[in-house]
Amino acid sequence: MIPVLVVFVYLASVLYIGIFAFRRSAQRNKAEDYFLAGRSLGVVVFLLSLFGTNMTAFALLGSSGHAFANGIVTYGLMASSSALIVPLSLFFIGTRMWALGKKYGFMTPVQMFRDRWECGHIGTVITVVQAVLLIPYIVIGVMGGGTTMNAISGGRIPFWVGGAIVAMVVMSYVFFGGMRGTAWVNAFQTTLFLLFGAIALGVIGTGMGGFDKAVSELAASPATSALLTRERVSPLYFFSYTFIPLSSICFPHIIIFCLTAERVQHFKKTVVLYPLCMLAIWLPAVFLGVTANRAVEVPAIRAKLEARSTLATQSATLSPEQKTELRAKAAGDDILVRLLEHYAPLWLVGLLGAGIMAAVMASDSQILALSTMFTEDIFAFYEGKTKFGEAAQVRTGHIFVILITVIAYVIALRWPQSIFDLAVQFAFSGYAALMPLLVGALFWKRSTKWGALAVTLWAAAAVIAIAGFQTVVPAPAPGAEVGWGSLFGQAIVSRTAAGTSVLGFLPVVPMVIVSFVLMMVVSLLTAKPGEATLKRYFANA
Amino acid sequence: MKRWFLVGLVVVLYALHQDFWFWRTAQPLVFGSLPVGVFYHVCYTLAVSLLMWLLVQLAWPSKLEAVETSTAEEEPAP
Repeated sequence: MIPVLVVFVYLASVLYIGIFAFRRSAQRNKAEDYFLAGRSLGVVVFLLSLFGTNMTAFALLGSSGHAFANGIVTYGLMASSSALIVPLSLFFIGTRMWALGKKYGFMTPVQMFRDRWECGHIGTVITVVQAVLLIPYIVIGVMGGGTTMNAISGGRIPFWVGGAIVAMVVMSYVFFGGMRGTAWVNAFQTTLFLLFGAIALGVIGTGMGGFDKAVSELAASPATSALLTRERVSPLYFFSYTFIPLSSICFPHIIIFCLTAERVQHFKKTVVLYPLCMLAIWLPAVFLGVTANRAVEVPAIRAKLEARSTLATQSATLSPEQKTELRAKAAGDDILVRLLEHYAPLWLVGLLGAGIMAAVMASDSQILALSTMFTEDIFAFYEGKTKFGEAAQVRTGHIFVILITVIAYVIALRWPQSIFDLAVQFAFSGYAALMPLLVGALFWKRSTKWGALAVTLWAAAAVIAIAGFQTVVPAPAPGAEVGWGSLFGQAIVSRTAAGTSVLGFLPVVPMVIVSFVLMMVVSLLTAKPGEATLKRYFANA
Repeated sequence: MKRWFLVGLVVVLYALHQDFWFWRTAQPLVFGSLPVGVFYHVCYTLAVSLLMWLLVQLAWPSKLEAVETSTAEEEPAP
C-alpha cells in the first residue's frame, strides 16, 4: 500500500498547486486570464510546462513499451527526430504566433486563421477537425492513469477506478486553475519526471546486476540481439517518423501554450534546452524498455515474453480472439512500473510511480485547449460572448472541461488499443497533415481560405480512411504484411501488424505531402485575401 | 550568406538523422552498455541543441520583440 499512498500524496500536491495558482490571479473571470494565464508566464514555468505539455503517457509508458517490443530504434524514431523538429517549429512558428496573439489578442489558432484568410465558417470546420483529433490524445492520459494505478497497486485498484481518479484530479485543477494552474502543475510534474528518469535508471540498473551484463546477454542471444540494432524496421519506416513531430506545433494545446509567454525571449532558452530535456526523459525510458527483455525473473515480464513468443511461433493456429488476448498480454505499456515494483524499495516505487503519473497527467493542457477552442471559436464567434458576457464565457469553459473529461474517460474504458498505436495512427498523423495551415498563414501571402479548407478536409478524410481500413482489414502477425497493388516492386498500400503503410512509408508522409500540394494548388486557383489584411501580416505586401 | 549557411545546417542535420551506417550493428557498446546506434542519436540530440543555440544567436526574429513594447495599445483584429 505504501506506493499507492505516495501516489495519492502526489495527486493531492498537484491539486493544491493547481488551485493555489488560480487564487493568485485577481482577474479570474477574464477569459484571457483563465485560458492563457494572462499571457504572463515566466521563462522557467514556460519551458518546463511546454515540455511537460508535450510529454504525455506516450513519452514514458508508450516509449518504454515500444522499446520493449522493438528495441533501441524507439529513440531514433521518436526522440531524436522530435528533438530537431519541435524546437524548429517553436522557433519559426511559435514565436510568430506569439507575436500575433500579443498584437491582435488571438487566443486560438483559428481566431488567427479567420482573420488572416477573412473567413468564418471555414474556421469552424477547422475547429471541429482539431477537436476530434485531440480527443484520442486526451484518452491516452486517462488510459495511462488507469494502467499506472493498476500496476502500482498490484492490481488492487482496477483500471477503471485508476483512470477515474486521474481524470477527476486533472479535471479539478483545470476547472479551478485554468491555464495558470495547469502551467504550474506541468512545471512541477516536468521537474519530477526529469529527476525520476535518472533515479529509475540507477535503481533498476543496480537491481538487474548492471546494464553491461543485461546488454551483453541481449546481444549474445539470437532471439534478442536485433533489439540492439534497427534491422527490424526499414529505412523508409524510420524516415517516416521524422514527419510525426510536425504535429506538435499543430496540436491546439501547444500552439495555444505559445501564447502564454510573457516575452518572446522566453522561446530562446526553450528551443535550446528542449533537445536536452528530450534526452533526459527518453534515453532512460527507451533503455529500460529494451533491457526489460532480460528481466525474466520478474513474473509479469516473463508472462509478456511468453505471450510474445507464442504469437510469433503459433500465429497460424491461433483464433483472432486468442491473438487479441496474447497481444494484450504482450503489450509493454506497464513495463516501467513492473520493473520498478520488482527492483526498487516500496517507498521509491511510490515516488517513481508519482513521476510516471506526472507524465500521464499531461492531458490537462489538451482538455483546457479544447475548452478554449469551444468558448472562443464557437461560443464567442457565434455571438455567445456578446449576448451573455465574458463571465458566462468562462463558465461555459468550465462546463466544457467537465464534459470533455467524462467523454475521454468513457472512450478510455471502451478502447483496448495500445497507447502508442492510438496516438501515432490517428492524432499525430492528422495534426501533422494540418501543418500547411500554420505555414501557409504565417509565411505564404498567396494562401487562401479555400486552400485551408482543402487541407482540413483532406486531413480528416485521410484519418477516417486509415481508421476504416484498419478496422476492415485485420492486422497480420508481427513481421508479416498484406499488400495491395505494386509500384517499383513495393506494395502501394499494406496492412502491417502496427498499422498501415503506403509505398513503404507510414501514412503520415503522403498525408503531409498531399496536404501541402492541396494548399498550394487550391490557393493559387482561388482569390487571395484583401490587401489591407495582407499588409497587417506581411510588411512587404 | 549567413541565412544559407543556417538553412544548410538544418538540412544537413535533418539528413544525418537517417544514419543507415549503424543500421544492423550494435557494436561497439559505448560505455559498456550503449549500442552504437543509440549513442549516435544521443550525440545527434546534443548537436541539435547546439544548432538551436546557433539559430538563436544568428537568426533570432528580433523584429517580433517590438510587439512587446506596444502591448499597452493592443490592436484588436478587425
